[in-house]
Amino acid sequence: MIELKNLIKTFGGDKIVNNVSTTFVKGKTNLIIGQSGSGKTVLLKCLLGLHIPDSGEIIYDGVSNKNMNDNSKTLLRREMGMVFQGSALFDSMTVIENVMFPLSMLSDKNDEEIRQKAEMAIKRVELDKAYDKLPSELSGGMQKRVAIARAIVMNPKYLFCDEPNSGLDPRTSIIIDKLIQEITKEFNITTIINSHDMNSVMEIGEKILFLVDGEKDWEGTNKEIFKTDNQSISDFVYSSKLLKKVRKFL
Amino acid sequence: MFYLNDIGKYFIMIKMSFFKPSKWKILKKLIFKEINDLIIESIPIVAILSFFIGAVISIQTAMNLSNPFLSKSLIGFATRQSVILEFAPTFMSIIMAGKVGSYITSSIGTMRVTEQIDALEVMGINPLNYLVFPKIIALLFYPFVITISMFVAIFGGFFAMTFAGVPSEAYISGIQMDFESYHIIYAYIKTFLFAIILATVPSYHGFYMTGGALEVGKASTLSFVWTSIIIIVVNFIITQLLLS
Repeated sequence: MIELKNLIKTFGGDKIVNNVSTTFVKGKTNLIIGQSGSGKTVLLKCLLGLHIPDSGEIIYDGVSNKNMNDNSKTLLRREMGMVFQGSALFDSMTVIENVMFPLSMLSDKNDEEIRQKAEMAIKRVELDKAYDKLPSELSGGMQKRVAIARAIVMNPKYLFCDEPNSGLDPRTSIIIDKLIQEITKEFNITTIINSHDMNSVMEIGEKILFLVDGEKDWEGTNKEIFKTDNQSISDFVYSSKLLKKVRKFL
Repeated sequence: MFYLNDIGKYFIMIKMSFFKPSKWKILKKLIFKEINDLIIESIPIVAILSFFIGAVISIQTAMNLSNPFLSKSLIGFATRQSVILEFAPTFMSIIMAGKVGSYITSSIGTMRVTEQIDALEVMGINPLNYLVFPKIIALLFYPFVITISMFVAIFGGFFAMTFAGVPSEAYISGIQMDFESYHIIYAYIKTFLFAIILATVPSYHGFYMTGGALEVGKASTLSFVWTSIIIIVVNFIITQLLLS
């Protein structure tokens, strides 16, 4: 579980994340949604420790970021898995090498154990026929699967995904979303997904945080989102003509 | 103020590249890869350029020594001095700023743009140690490249003079004339400093770049410009300190 208390992050005097308080639940897929420029990525980077908040607190399973020294921050990062928007796979490494990489760098396991663990992670994302392929030889969806395998290979307590289905077709997007949700349940991870994809909201939004101009505007579940009276989230959810038509039937 | 900030960041980057080291087994592989990419693969171009520039230096020297009272051995002497003191360490380093420097900036810059550096940070790996440290170690072998350049350039001069009809004995006695080993020490001190500049300045431009693919190209150009300027300025300072 990750708890945020009055989190503020500014850049050049502008409050990009403004006084956000919420709780991201363990074993559930938590979504941060909002328009482009609403502060989703900055908030995610604060959670990852890539940005240092100006004020407020982030509590990771009872441990506040304020009580962490550099060493405990490094150890915390080793409990985090991240799926980047562009997958961020290492170009010069094959699929298996990419997945083995965090284990080779950070664990004391021998080469054989590392390979076995990486193979298990790749099998879990159903990519066992692509072990020796380079990232450039894979489709966008396959690259995302490798990124997920690399993120889960260290058995993380927290999984962060920055727009995991950007650039993917709707069907592949849903497959990736479902895969992330299954992994979240299977490994009982606190998963936080940064998205503006409405399919993801409907499919896997077990806990949703809606940001407007860096501030928390609404939070709830994918069931509640369709019944809310909040105007700004309704405008966001029903922004397309298709969804406006769907709304009439709800 | 802007440049002071950059200078500070540059030295902090060098310091940080020695902290939180990755596993030796991984670093060893990276260092060997960098030695291959930065040193071994540079030898052919260095050898070709050195051979022809050595030849040109000797031809131009011969052209300026038309006085029959001047010994032909002076051609060998002047070629050796030009090559050892200036051409091999400095001129080659500027060429290497284009070849090696651009490669370093674009490879690290591409990793920055595609979030691979962020991925390393999220994993709890020190990206500076993983990316910059192996390059610094690999470029400690750079004096080896400059040694090859010196030999090949002097041989290029010999080759050109043989074609021009200058007696080979005169050229050989010229390259042995008034030899001062201190000049070699001076050349290698310069080379060592240039190696550190070649590894770190392009790494700085790649590591701290922002933007997209277009900016990677701009960062490579900027890296070449600054590496060349710094090499020339350091060359002047070292020469002033050691030779004046």
